[in-house]
Amino acid sequence: MPSLKELRGRIAGVKSTRKITSAMKMVAASKLRRAQNQAEAARPYADTMRRMMSELAAASQGMDPSTLPPLLAGTGRDNVHLLIVLTSDRGLAGGFNANIIRAARQQIEDLLAQGRTVRLLPVGRKGAEIFRRYYPDMVVDSLHNKAGTQQDAYALAQDLAKRVADLVEGGEIDACTLMRNRFVNAMTQTPQALGLVPLPVAENDNAGEKRTDGAVYEFEPDEGHLLAQLLPRNLLVQFYAAVLESAAGEQGARMTAMDNASRNASKAIERLSLRYNRTRQANITNELIEIISGAEAV
Amino acid sequence: MSLRTEIVSPERRYTDREVDMVVVPGTEGDIAAMPGRAPLLLQLRGGVITLYKDDQVLERCFVTGGFVDMTADHCTILADSVRALEDLSIDDASQTLDELKNQWTRVGPDEVELQESLGRQIQAARAEIEVAEKVKQHDLKSL
Repeated sequence: MPSLKELRGRIAGVKSTRKITSAMKMVAASKLRRAQNQAEAARPYADTMRRMMSELAAASQGMDPSTLPPLLAGTGRDNVHLLIVLTSDRGLAGGFNANIIRAARQQIEDLLAQGRTVRLLPVGRKGAEIFRRYYPDMVVDSLHNKAGTQQDAYALAQDLAKRVADLVEGGEIDACTLMRNRFVNAMTQTPQALGLVPLPVAENDNAGEKRTDGAVYEFEPDEGHLLAQLLPRNLLVQFYAAVLESAAGEQGARMTAMDNASRNASKAIERLSLRYNRTRQANITNELIEIISGAEAV
Repeated sequence: MSLRTEIVSPERRYTDREVDMVVVPGTEGDIAAMPGRAPLLLQLRGGVITLYKDDQVLERCFVTGGFVDMTADHCTILADSVRALEDLSIDDASQTLDELKNQWTRVGPDEVELQESLGRQIQAARAEIEVAEKVKQHDLKSL
């Protein structure tokens, strides 16, 4: 049985923890609103671009891949895969990082089982720590995920897009997939893999075929010039949207996690207070019994 | 048969509607998209996009550049930025143009990519001034 003093100490400890978690919850909630607006604003452009690119990929399917830019059709090999995993720099966000890391590890194991070489580029300190421990040979580099403002997110996306374009054009990687949490709502973020290189063909290829009727795309200005503009642009846009999605997901996850933590703390305080009061009452009763039995003995 | 036209910019989905014809400013000249055309991927210069329905102008807006994906029943416009014509300002555009011209003088001869992108931005700023002046004079017919 802990003493009254010990119990008082514990109650005070849990109370100050609750103060911290509920403050974090409020901070996450206010950041979430902004992050969510940004993520939702960037979504239509990225989705439309993605749809357009997959139609382009579907239309170019019959062509000789070696004549197409590698960012569109891949390098012609299917050997080295680059996985970019978006995690957060900071923890205390519930299962946010654990979920995406688990999904990424699954993906890595699948690729390895198929005999591919995997390269990893984790974004965010949390992911970098884990991947450096489990797959030290695969991690090519890691980046911080500050993504606090739109400018930060854009700079990060630019960096990623440039790296991927350079790696693909230099023939160092053959395919690139982005793993990130898609923001559904504050409670739910679903880990999702997004194929970037080669461009994924429209999901229901029949629809794509019907829309273009198998006709070959015309380009204006010429194909090389236009694709040289469009493909890096697509990478940038996809990364930008993903970074914003992930940032919104992080705040949502943190808010939910901290809300749970605050609630648990309240429950713990209630339980401890009850025990404290009972112990106090028992002590008083004991003292009374001692006094009464002392008086009776006289 | 109509043409579903979407105009999307990084900030928002500007418009999404069924039209009969869209005229877009391509880098090599204006192009009209009508239902049933062969697929075309087009790069935009700064200029005015006009949507037509039943031989009437439905909507006009200004874009600073971007890409268009035209198919038989769809015209998807990914604009770098898109604004309603009333929101254009001659003063802002002139100021941007001066800044761009300033940058232009500092670009080295080998920086081809930067030259290209600056060139496009300068063209867009000039187009914006031109359009804004016409809007001011209520001269929309010549757009």
